[in-house]
Formats: sequence, C-alpha cells, structure tokens
Amino acid sequence: MENLIDKAPETQEYFINMGPQHPSTHGVLRLVLTLDGEIIRKVEPHIGYIHRSIEKMCERDSYQQIVHLTDRMDYLSCHINNEAVCLAVEAALQLEVPDRVKVIRTIIAELQRLSSHQLWWGVMGMDLGAITTFLYGFRDREMITDIFEETCGARLTMNYNVPGGLMFDIHPNFQRRTKAFLAHFRKKLPEYDDLLSNNIIFRQRTEGIGRLSKEDAISFGVTGPTARASGFSCDVRKHFPYSAYPGVQFREILHTEGDCYARYRCRIDEMWESLAIIEQLIDNIPEGPYKVPTKAVIKLPKGEWYQRVETARGEFGVYIISDGLRSPYRLKFRSPGFSNLSALDHMARGCKIADLIAIMSTIDLVIPDIDR
Amino acid sequence: MDNEALRHFISERVPGAEIGQGPQFLTATVPAVNARALLHDLRHDPNTQFDFLFCLTGVDYPPDHMMVVYHLRSTVWGHHLVVKSRIPTRENPETDTVCDLWRTAEFHEREVYDLFGITFRNHPDLRRLLLTDDWVGHPLRKDYSDPVNLIEY
Repeated sequence: MENLIDKAPETQEYFINMGPQHPSTHGVLRLVLTLDGEIIRKVEPHIGYIHRSIEKMCERDSYQQIVHLTDRMDYLSCHINNEAVCLAVEAALQLEVPDRVKVIRTIIAELQRLSSHQLWWGVMGMDLGAITTFLYGFRDREMITDIFEETCGARLTMNYNVPGGLMFDIHPNFQRRTKAFLAHFRKKLPEYDDLLSNNIIFRQRTEGIGRLSKEDAISFGVTGPTARASGFSCDVRKHFPYSAYPGVQFREILHTEGDCYARYRCRIDEMWESLAIIEQLIDNIPEGPYKVPTKAVIKLPKGEWYQRVETARGEFGVYIISDGLRSPYRLKFRSPGFSNLSALDHMARGCKIADLIAIMSTIDLVIPDIDR
Repeated sequence: MDNEALRHFISERVPGAEIGQGPQFLTATVPAVNARALLHDLRHDPNTQFDFLFCLTGVDYPPDHMMVVYHLRSTVWGHHLVVKSRIPTRENPETDTVCDLWRTAEFHEREVYDLFGITFRNHPDLRRLLLTDDWVGHPLRKDYSDPVNLIEY
C-alpha cells in the first residue's frame, strides 16, 4: 500500500463569492475571492449592481438638477459632492460667491466629514466584532444630522448647495447647536480611542494588515485618508484650497505605515482637525447675502472645467465639457471610491478572509459612489 | 516644468499635436496612434514624471470620432496636463492600454470599454464593468437609446 503519510497533500485553489449581500460590504458589492485554503490569492470586485447611469442623466438635465443627482452617489459626503458641481459651474460662469456662502459651505462640509467618519468608525468596529462602537458612533452622529435637518431640511441627502450660493440661509439655531455639538464631541472623541484604538484584539487585527505603499497608492489613484495613511500627501483642501479653506489653519494628517491601523488613525486624527476648522469659522460667519442671483436656465460657455474637492473618502472630481447649451455635453464624475476599490486586490493578496473585512472597512467604501 | 516647456516636450514627440491652454490645464490633443508613446514618455521622463492619473474617461463626438481623455498630475513636480487621444472612427474604435503605466487605468479603461465601446489593446482583462455581460450597446454613446429604461435622445 502507498504510504499516504509521507506524501504532501494535494491542494487546489477554489473561489467563493462574497456578496452582493454580505454585511461587511456595506452595500451591493460582490467580491469573487480566489482562495488557497484561507489565503486570498486574488480579489475580483464585481460592481454595478446599483449603476444608475448618472453621467448619462446629466447630459439631459440642467445644472441645477445635476446638483441633486450628486447626493445620490456618496451619500455620506453629499454636501461636498454638491459643492463640487456648484464650484465648477461658478468657475465656468466666473461667478464670485459671497464670503458668507464660502464659510457656511465649509462648516457644513466639515460637519459632514465628521458625521461620515463617525459612521465609518461605528461600522468598522462592528465589522471587527465590537457592536458597542456602532451605538457610540451613531449617538454622536445623530447630533449632526439634527443640525442638518434644522438648517437644510433633510438629514441625509441635503441639497443645500445651489449654483451661486445656498438654497436658503442658516437656521437661527445653527451656530448655537453647532457649538453645543463641538463641546460635546471634544469630550466624546477620546472615548473612541479608549473603546477601540487601544484594544489589543483590534490592534492585532489591523496592524500590519493590508499594506499599501506610497508608490502603489499613487499608481492606483488612491486618495483621501486611505492614501494619506501611506504617506501620499493628497489633501485637496491643502493643495488646491477652495471655499473658506485658504483662511483656516489645519494639519494634513499623514501616516507612513500604510496598513489598516494607519488608515484608522488617519481618520480619527482628521476628526480633530475638522473640529478645529469648524471652531475657527463658527463665530466668524460674515454677514451678507446667502446667494447671488443666477439665471433660471444656466448655460455654461463652451469649454471644459475640472473641479476637485476633498470628500470624506478622497478626491472627488467633476469634469464638465460644455458646448454652450443648458446641459453639459459630457460630464464625468471622478469618484474616490472607484479608484480606492481598484487597489483592494493588491492590498488583500496573501491575507486571510478575516483580514479582508478589516481592509474593506478601512478603505471606507460607499457603493453608490463607485457604481454611480 | 512650466507650460512652455511642456508644450515643447509634447510637440517634439508628436509634431502634429494640437496644444491649447484651457481655463485650468494645458491640453494636448494627439492622434490615438501616438498617444501611448507620448504617455509613456510623460510618465517616465525625469523632467515630467506624471505619476498620478486622476481621471480617465471617454467622449463621443459623432459622426466621425471619439476621444479618450487622460488627466495627469505629477506628485513630484506638481504640474498638470490633459492629454486627449483622438480616435478617428466610431466603428470598432481601438487604442492602446496604459494599464502598465498607471494601475488605476485598469478599472477606468474597463469602464470606458463598457460605456463607450472603445477597445484597449493589450488590456489584461477587458470586460464590461458596470453593466451586465449580456448588455447590448454602449450607453454613453450619443446615439444610444433605450426605450425600456426611458433613455431617449
């Protein structure tokens, strides 16, 4: 009889589907994993489950309508997405918006970044088995959504920006409630570190996992906290400042490790910076109109414009080609999630499935942003 | 490199390139056959080093041509450039891939293939990305119409 013990076991690669209904993909994303035992050899993302062809719809819509469509991409950064389209249209029309608009836009954008990072923090903890973080994150996020509800009229898809300014002026309670939130969150943010950052299980599941080098981050077009954790200085607010960012002091958070923990650290530190930005602006909202009048039908001159902004996920770009009509000839949204996802395969190779969950959490994917 | 030097750099390599200054970026329109060689030089020449491809997309210009638009930035030098590769046909348009120069192009080119029907030669895995594999047509083309999903032009 053949000696089976001395013979090396035969292995073969196999593949499994993760998603489109997997809780850790946070949306309808399907990953086809090629596995060797539990080691990931290849990750193949299948996207497009909620592709709505927003770029095609834009070729039909007016510029005011396009602003509303951008909410439906990265819904956690909807105000910042709106701002990108508005800034592009304003640049094309050579429209100078009042300082009041710039400051309010920036405050709300930073509140939005905070609320996005709070949600990410809560969900990331939950992905790694810590249910409590979810409750803490949503408790603090609720205060921001309440502020949005009062001022913008909506909690999630706010549509507060219009070309030329804002939909309406801020609510009389806005400054008071924002300051109350700042005082509250300055006390609560250290709790985030106490709860999760120094947890030994959490550290072991994130440190050294899913490394992305700076060169790869640039080559893959990765932006946002995901890229800054690899040492790629790409903060649009610093490099190409817009709205009220030229006048505020803040640090661009950079880490060099490029692993899951560095990406985690980057977002936590960014929350402190966002708080600092809002504190500098909240008492200094200039008086003045909240909107400059625009024509009911906005027609951009012939030409091309590219406007980028820093959303909670990275560089969001709007590329408009206009032929002088009421709708753009072609409009491309450069969504940060799309490029960040393309690096997932590279980061996850050689890891285990449980590590893939941690990697996906720290890329902070929002699927409608990828699918458009 | 300032824009003047970039102009010189491009016209040295592609003599027929149309170079113009847009509202933000310098824009060079080159024939698709020359695009790949030019992009390769822009990526690797120590004086240009365009290492960050932040946007890649297609544009349809019926009746006779299509464009692939590359937005480039150098994280070393800080300069920008837009390269437009002009494909002189809308029937089976083809151009060379730039996947090996910027890895982000792999996803972006699949998207352009999906939505515009432009084939990228030597792409490692050219399949539809957003739409299902059995989808008929390329929705971002100007003459596409889909009465079922109410896209009519």
